[in-house]
Amino acid sequence: MSSVSIRDLTVAFGSTRVLNGLSLDVQAGEFIVLLGPSGCGKSTLLNAVAGLLDVADGQVWIGERNVTWHEPKDRGIAMVFQSYALYPRMNVRNNMAFGLRMAKTPKAEIEERVTRAAELLQISHLLDRRPDQLSGGQRQRVAIGRALVRDAHVFLFDEPLSNLDAQLRNELRVEIKKLHQKIDTTTMIYVTHDQIEALTLADRIVVMKDQKIQQMGTPDEIYLHPANLFVAGFVGSPQMNFFEGELTGGPGGAAFKSGELHLPLDGYNFNSAPVTGQRLTLGIRPEHISITENGPWQGFKTELVETHGADNLIWVGGHNHSLRLRQPGDCKPALGSPLTLAPDMSHISLFDTQTSMRI
Amino acid sequence: MTMMQASGRRPSRISAGTIGIYAFLLIAAVFFLLPAWIMLMTSLKPMEEIRLGNILMWPNAVTFEPWIRAWSEACTGLDCRGVSVGFWNSVRILIPSLILSIAAGAVTGYALSFWRVRGANVMFGLLLLGAFIPYQVFLYPLVRIFAVTGIYNSFACIVLVHVIFGLPIMTLLFRNYYASLPVELFKAARVDGGGFWSIFIRIILPMSTPILIVATILQVTGIWNDFLFGLTFAGRDNLPMTVQLNNIVSSRQGESQYNTEMAATILTAMIPLAVYFISGRWFVRGIASGAVKG
Repeated sequence: MSSVSIRDLTVAFGSTRVLNGLSLDVQAGEFIVLLGPSGCGKSTLLNAVAGLLDVADGQVWIGERNVTWHEPKDRGIAMVFQSYALYPRMNVRNNMAFGLRMAKTPKAEIEERVTRAAELLQISHLLDRRPDQLSGGQRQRVAIGRALVRDAHVFLFDEPLSNLDAQLRNELRVEIKKLHQKIDTTTMIYVTHDQIEALTLADRIVVMKDQKIQQMGTPDEIYLHPANLFVAGFVGSPQMNFFEGELTGGPGGAAFKSGELHLPLDGYNFNSAPVTGQRLTLGIRPEHISITENGPWQGFKTELVETHGADNLIWVGGHNHSLRLRQPGDCKPALGSPLTLAPDMSHISLFDTQTSMRI
Repeated sequence: MTMMQASGRRPSRISAGTIGIYAFLLIAAVFFLLPAWIMLMTSLKPMEEIRLGNILMWPNAVTFEPWIRAWSEACTGLDCRGVSVGFWNSVRILIPSLILSIAAGAVTGYALSFWRVRGANVMFGLLLLGAFIPYQVFLYPLVRIFAVTGIYNSFACIVLVHVIFGLPIMTLLFRNYYASLPVELFKAARVDGGGFWSIFIRIILPMSTPILIVATILQVTGIWNDFLFGLTFAGRDNLPMTVQLNNIVSSRQGESQYNTEMAATILTAMIPLAVYFISGRWFVRGIASGAVKG
């Protein structure tokens, strides 16, 4: 069991700082996902934890040890890469055994550990093949197996599923999750730009943008209570609906007003005290708007229906707004038909338009 | 009138451009092959036939005697043992120079592209600069250095010179090749606990076959064809074949033995020629992958 603690970490390439004083604590046995668009610094962070990048400032702690100056092999980590990075001239067995050989592990033990890892990942029949004789999914399984035999305390995944096609990605995602349940003493840090992977795998998600941590929390917190406009827009597919407007006071209490749209806000759990007249952005996820007879928002028209199978995505327009609704698969309103909408008040998010922070 | 429906393979047409290209290729081929043809024909003729002057003609009486003489009897000064002496000298120089220069280039290229040593780019720049300075500039200083250290005019001296002067191009070649390998492979090996030498020998070197072949071709032809270094540094007993060939052709005792000289020349050119023929495809790839792209 090893926790990972990143303390005021700064990584610089030449004079450009790629990470600047970033801190992050990962508990032992936790599955943490670093999520963000490309260039946000998540891979840099992972490489710094692995010891593959020199740190300009700050510390990396794994367990009770300060490993900031340790070689990668001495950090008790194993790593899986996007491009699999299997040694092309070795067969699967030797690929998996390479790290153990380097550590001068006795032959019998190498054999035993490779066999055990291969069984766990169902690649026993592939042990004598070379990487170029394997499919993409098999290669990534071998790469995970190579990490597994090392009995590392911390697993680092650098976008391991990004090179696979959609179906394989789903399969392996489930297997990685199961793997973590089997070896739940292992801490996992997983980098991805795929929000579905993040939401399904993570105990906690760290959303990053522009080298900074935007929000850290459980998948539910990230999805239902995004901390700012970026997180709200980046996580969730189809994207959250946004309305710009302002806060109005009045006899009925605080309300949100955007043009002709009006939404009373009683029951909303404000983070900070709102000010009347404050510019606000209202965010509602597509599945949190229902079509009813007598909702507060009238005068919308159906513009497009996207069939997704289990559910349908319905684009509606009206009052100079265009929004997406996610409805069950049997809901197919005719194009141009008028709709009345009711937002689910327990699942709305309000952001200060200027600071883009949740209020 | 009915138009023909386009269907299936498009009919090929011979255009003026195609004819032009083939004509050019043919002329170029003749231009380069003619001297080789003359050499080969002359080497197979007795002297009487050569004096008639029909240099392009097939010999009336084919004789291999000039070849035998060139190999084992041709004279350089008073020494009449043929080019075989030079041939074996060249082989003795070639093999260690080849192995050492490729090994040095491969390790340097590997260190420069993967290990990101501080100042690696400056170092590489200096190395490249070295490749562009004319060799003649180095000759005299090197002669002095070797004379002082006492290895001047020796077998070790010529090998060392070939290794030093092969280093820039070999490093460039290997560095560029290694830059095209996925860096994640190297990272994975580091996480797995590989050190500088174990990663090089177990992971990188087994993936280097194509570039090793290219480097071998470049170095074999380069070292074999070398004249200046051999003449300057090898010493009397180790003169390579090129130097000896020059001595044979330029030493005049009575009539010039054109047929023997031609045979000796072809014998000298045989190794690079064989390398080109066996590995033409790799040679082109080496030029394309190594020296051109930075």
